[in-house]
Amino acid sequence: MAVMEYIDAIRLAMKEEMEKDESVFVLGEDVGVKGGVFTTTKGLLEQFGEERVMDTPLAESAIAGVAIGAAMVGMKPIAEMQYSDFMLPATNQIISEAAKIRYRSNNDWNCPVVVRAPIGGGIFGGLYHSQCPESIFFGTPGLKIVAPFTAYDAKGLLKAAVRDPDPVLFFENKKCYKMIQGDVPLDDYTVPIGKANLLREGADITVIGYSMPLHFCLQAAEELEKEEGITAHILDLRTLQPLDRDSIIEAVRKTGKVLIVHEDNKTGGVGAEVAAIISEECLFELDAPIMRCCSPDVPAMPISPPMEKFYMLSKDKVKEAMRQLAIY
Amino acid sequence: MSENQKLTDVVMPQLAESLVSATIAKWLKKPGDKIEQYEPICEVITDKVNAEIPSTLDGIMAEWIANEGQNVGVGEVICRVAVQGQPTVPAANHHTVQAMPAAVTTDIGDQSMRSRYSPAVQSLAAQHGVDLSAIQGTGMGGRITRKDVLAYVENGGRSQSQASAPQAAAAPSPFKGLSHANPAVTPEQYIPQPPVPERNSGLHMSESPKIPPIEVERVGERETLIDVTPLRNAIATNMRQSVTEIPHAWTMVEVDVTNLVLLRNKLKDEFKRREGYNLTYLAFFLKAVVNAIKDYPIINSVWATNKIIVKRDINISLAVGTEDSVMTPVIQRADQKNIAGLAREIEELATKTRQGKLKLEDMQGGTFTVNNTGSFGSILSYPIINYPQAAILTFESIVKRPVVINDMIAVRSMANICLSLDHRILDGIICGRFLQRVKENIEAYTLDTKVY
Repeated sequence: MAVMEYIDAIRLAMKEEMEKDESVFVLGEDVGVKGGVFTTTKGLLEQFGEERVMDTPLAESAIAGVAIGAAMVGMKPIAEMQYSDFMLPATNQIISEAAKIRYRSNNDWNCPVVVRAPIGGGIFGGLYHSQCPESIFFGTPGLKIVAPFTAYDAKGLLKAAVRDPDPVLFFENKKCYKMIQGDVPLDDYTVPIGKANLLREGADITVIGYSMPLHFCLQAAEELEKEEGITAHILDLRTLQPLDRDSIIEAVRKTGKVLIVHEDNKTGGVGAEVAAIISEECLFELDAPIMRCCSPDVPAMPISPPMEKFYMLSKDKVKEAMRQLAIY
Repeated sequence: MSENQKLTDVVMPQLAESLVSATIAKWLKKPGDKIEQYEPICEVITDKVNAEIPSTLDGIMAEWIANEGQNVGVGEVICRVAVQGQPTVPAANHHTVQAMPAAVTTDIGDQSMRSRYSPAVQSLAAQHGVDLSAIQGTGMGGRITRKDVLAYVENGGRSQSQASAPQAAAAPSPFKGLSHANPAVTPEQYIPQPPVPERNSGLHMSESPKIPPIEVERVGERETLIDVTPLRNAIATNMRQSVTEIPHAWTMVEVDVTNLVLLRNKLKDEFKRREGYNLTYLAFFLKAVVNAIKDYPIINSVWATNKIIVKRDINISLAVGTEDSVMTPVIQRADQKNIAGLAREIEELATKTRQGKLKLEDMQGGTFTVNNTGSFGSILSYPIINYPQAAILTFESIVKRPVVINDMIAVRSMANICLSLDHRILDGIICGRFLQRVKENIEAYTLDTKVY
């Protein structure tokens, strides 16, 4: 067990999987000599050589396409999109090819590719370095999507993603890279894909979320319990696709009041689907309207710091939403 | 503190894109000091920059939350500042207003949601055969919540809030989650913890640099432990990076500065009277170095793995020592300045350094470092290059020595000049020529040399 940063846990996961399995390799923009713009792949080139840590041209469609092709013939590529904002040229490859290969070939072919992409704002990155594109890929059958919020989950989910026989999008939160530290076992473990994780038990409200805003939820929950006696039941989805319906339903039944939190904008986000599941399954358990605390529906993350602050979720915003739900 | 003063938190700002924390190097305002907006309140050290944090508002420093040397996350509170509040808002009110505007009054006043039943409430009522009109609602607008029904059932048909409202705040009850809506909760519960006792052990600009706290551990053992200050740590990191990355080589020449001594003695009193600051030897030396760099621009370069970057601007980093550290403020565009101008820059930077008033922009852009080691009596030194520059030069003490000139022995003022160089970029020949040029430039000073 060691205390490490979120970004170190991701690097360690790749290193361990590459050591364990020769068919695992990394490709992307600046992942080799530079070690990644965030240093996520630092040291891998030195350890594994340029045949397994490949610098690619600035062409996300090619990065995904090459990775998908390699995966179909038995390799286990980890393709890095430098920022998830740059991922859109690869959307066709991911949605039309990777997601459909198993179905299209009647189970003759599969595609064990992992696409890593940093999501999220709050780093003064502005329009092109802050987006949360999970809703673009969400709802595409054939894809799995994971979004860890702790260092432990980051390592375990990435290792599970590499070993998964189907395409997995690994959305890591760039604000978490250096901000989040935690205990990470140095041995070989995985976090199962498709299983949500209960972070905290409570009796007043249920909060469901994923990725970085969960840190706000946990802080807010601590404060609300201490200051006002409100206890929150918090569920980390961990995997966005397939959603863990059973865990969601169970968590909702606990309190009958649900708040869904994510940084992607509100309309058409993952929270909308979670809300739909709840209304399908839990009508008679609901004690309040399903509420969502998400970023506003504006076209992009503003570059101006005050406006970015307005756009981003924060502990205070989440806390106020939780309090409103609790007093309903 | 008067009643209409309000404590406002000051948080650690985000100083650069990827930074998540910074270390408080020094508080510049102590509790009780008056602060104006944009005035620096403390110095911070980060991986990337050292900077001053300006105040975001006018007021009086109330308390420090973070101590010197403490690493503080971006957005965390570093101190509290007392601000004159609006006299129209009674002080007692603003806590409760913020805490729970509607809820306190709802359970007696607004009953608009009293007969709106959620699916959960109706399911539970049907399941337990409960008459909902008998239950007191604690939710918004008097709404009966799921928990109200559960508590009613558990309580054997009594509304908890009627039965035990006075005790609700004190005893842990199923209503714990709703204590915010209980009038028994006093406003104190919403007020932040009272400030911790005032500290008065900090360092301020009026004081001389603090010797780091010495802690004697293990009684009987003859050693003491000194805390590494953030500044010391930054120096250590830079030094280690320089010696591990740069292959250092070293060389030295001897310079006859007799004429320079005479020149300076002729000018210095008049200069001091006219300009108000000293005409130092260092100004003459710097001019000689800058002119030599112009002739050998490769000295002014940086190693960049697969290329060498030669800088066009000559910005001289000047090593300035204080009691417990060494800083390298920069004379920007030193090649554009005459001797008097350099003397002025030296004076200003040295003063700023000793007063701890260096700004980020004073520290940036250096391309070559000069250290006046003679000022503390050294006659020979082996300097470590100021990473990532290519070379560093020291001026040693001026001493009178017998020297052979034209087979005769004369008493001359002599000084050594030492150069450490990055051997990846520079070799012996080029450095030898460069030092010879510095030597020639210095020895070329005569009583007719102009400083303006």
